[in-house]
Amino acid sequence: MTEEEIMRPENLVYKKPTLLNDTPMHYCPGCSHGVVHKLVAEIIEEMGMAEKTVAISPVGCAVFAYNYIDVDWVEAAHGRAPAVATAIKRLWPDRLVFTYQGDGDLACIGTAESIHALNRGEHIAVIFINNAIYGMTGGQMAPTTLMGMKTATCPYGRVADLHGYPLKLTEIAATLEGTCYVTRQSVHNVAAIRRAKKAIRKAFENSMSGKGASLVEIVSTCNAGWKLSPEKANQWMEENMFKFYPLGDLKDTTTTDNSL
Amino acid sequence: MKGNEAIAHAAIRCGCDGYFGYPITPQSEVLETLAIEKPWETTGMVVLQAESELASINMVYGAGAAGKRAMTSSSSPGVALMQEGIAYMAGAEIPGLIVNVQRGGPGLGTIQPSQSDYFQATRGGGNGDYNVIVLAPASVQEMADFVDLAFELAFKYRNPAMILSDGVIGQMMEKLVLPPFKPRRSEEQIQAECPWATCGRKNGRQPNILTSLELDCAKMEQKNLHLQAKYQTIRETEVRFENINCEDAEYLIVAFGSAARIALKVVEMCRAEGIKAGLLRPSALWPFPSREIERMGRQVKGILSFEINAGQMLEDILLATNGRTPVAHYGRMGGVVPTPEEVIQALKDKLIK
Repeated sequence: MTEEEIMRPENLVYKKPTLLNDTPMHYCPGCSHGVVHKLVAEIIEEMGMAEKTVAISPVGCAVFAYNYIDVDWVEAAHGRAPAVATAIKRLWPDRLVFTYQGDGDLACIGTAESIHALNRGEHIAVIFINNAIYGMTGGQMAPTTLMGMKTATCPYGRVADLHGYPLKLTEIAATLEGTCYVTRQSVHNVAAIRRAKKAIRKAFENSMSGKGASLVEIVSTCNAGWKLSPEKANQWMEENMFKFYPLGDLKDTTTTDNSL
Repeated sequence: MKGNEAIAHAAIRCGCDGYFGYPITPQSEVLETLAIEKPWETTGMVVLQAESELASINMVYGAGAAGKRAMTSSSSPGVALMQEGIAYMAGAEIPGLIVNVQRGGPGLGTIQPSQSDYFQATRGGGNGDYNVIVLAPASVQEMADFVDLAFELAFKYRNPAMILSDGVIGQMMEKLVLPPFKPRRSEEQIQAECPWATCGRKNGRQPNILTSLELDCAKMEQKNLHLQAKYQTIRETEVRFENINCEDAEYLIVAFGSAARIALKVVEMCRAEGIKAGLLRPSALWPFPSREIERMGRQVKGILSFEINAGQMLEDILLATNGRTPVAHYGRMGGVVPTPEEVIQALKDKLIK
């Protein structure tokens, strides 16, 4: 059987989402961003929203998200994506508007914008990549860096009296009246990826049906920043990150079955 | 009507799509008036009280990116906080309107009027090589008229525009004729007039991406050269000023905003005393009427830059006259508004002697 005979539409079991273009990604091999990008592209395509999506990229590793997913993008100043998204969604209410932000962007410099946009119940979806480190600038301490974890700016490990405690912004978001759906997912194996996809899709659908703000945290790996192999990074995440950042829905007011 | 109220009414009438602001004295009436008027029920204009000036300006950034006419208003300390967003707007070429009803500084300063944000407004204010189009109203009527003008210029050049007012003009009550109603643009109009806008890739067009980031220095330099060329076009096209009693003037007073109103009285009193004084009032501060000041400099014996600050526009006058004309400055700071008598005395002491 030749290659051409195999590569027929009827044999197709999997393909790259059309909206994910061929620009080579700058993400490190093993990084979670690539998987989440693929899910986002897939969901926008499946929802038929390619022509009606406006996405907001952050400052951080995902600043270049606009190079990879073929929808309209606005690149926001550091931390300000939820404010940018607020205005776009209010002025174009029939558009799918979401932000894609890292832990430094969303839970540190943009804490005020995050909390207030979520608490106003803006009909936006916020995708929150939490890898507990500043990847883009070379591995400095993040608001979500775990206690004891070593980074370039806490080289002897995070300690409370010097650095304070890691921030669980997702838990805070779940207490806000304006949020309708708050969940924490990961993309470290196939089952997790499927659950993460469902969560992002739900957040996007909430945005379109005007149910309020949705926050999807993805506990992610930064193997380059953590100085681990991709495989070891996954393992380290399961053993350490999931303990402090447990996976699952924290809040869902969109269904009656609310098993917290 | 107060100047601040005029801004709000003009915004509703000129097809403004969104206002995002945070309360600060002496301009809170803008948001308060909009809240009372409820334009979301009539024109569909969105009005939102944001959590900070930082959020406000980034909302304007987002709205402008999506092709909408959006604005914010604040006063000096709040506008200082907005500089990040204004620089991003300049970098990504996103139009929008910022109103600064100035108060005295630095820091938290005072709530009394001042013109001490001239440098901040006309030099860019944030990081990088950029300029903001700056209009300077001297009456409640101009507060109203400049709103639509600022939006027109902002969208014409894809650049942030600013109305640089002050506590006097904002709080002062005057009669005015409100501008006629102009509908908000339809989706089709926005798609046609702003093909760069990030509001969804209609009909499968290529994605629009608005960013101020470019890591390749060669490309970033090209982007900067493009911006500089645009600023040069604006300098050549959008100079705005008014000449009063300048034909036979031997002494020229240059003043803008509330200072220009005081200067008008100064010119009148000078003329009564037999001093041939004239007033040049820039109604746009960037671009600055440098050529006109240079021309007038050849006619007069001296120029007095009269500003309610320590001498900021003075530098632009010095650049325009390039040492050919005697130039002096008079101003008060900290929220003190000078009297015409003080200005005449300064003119005599510093230039007539």
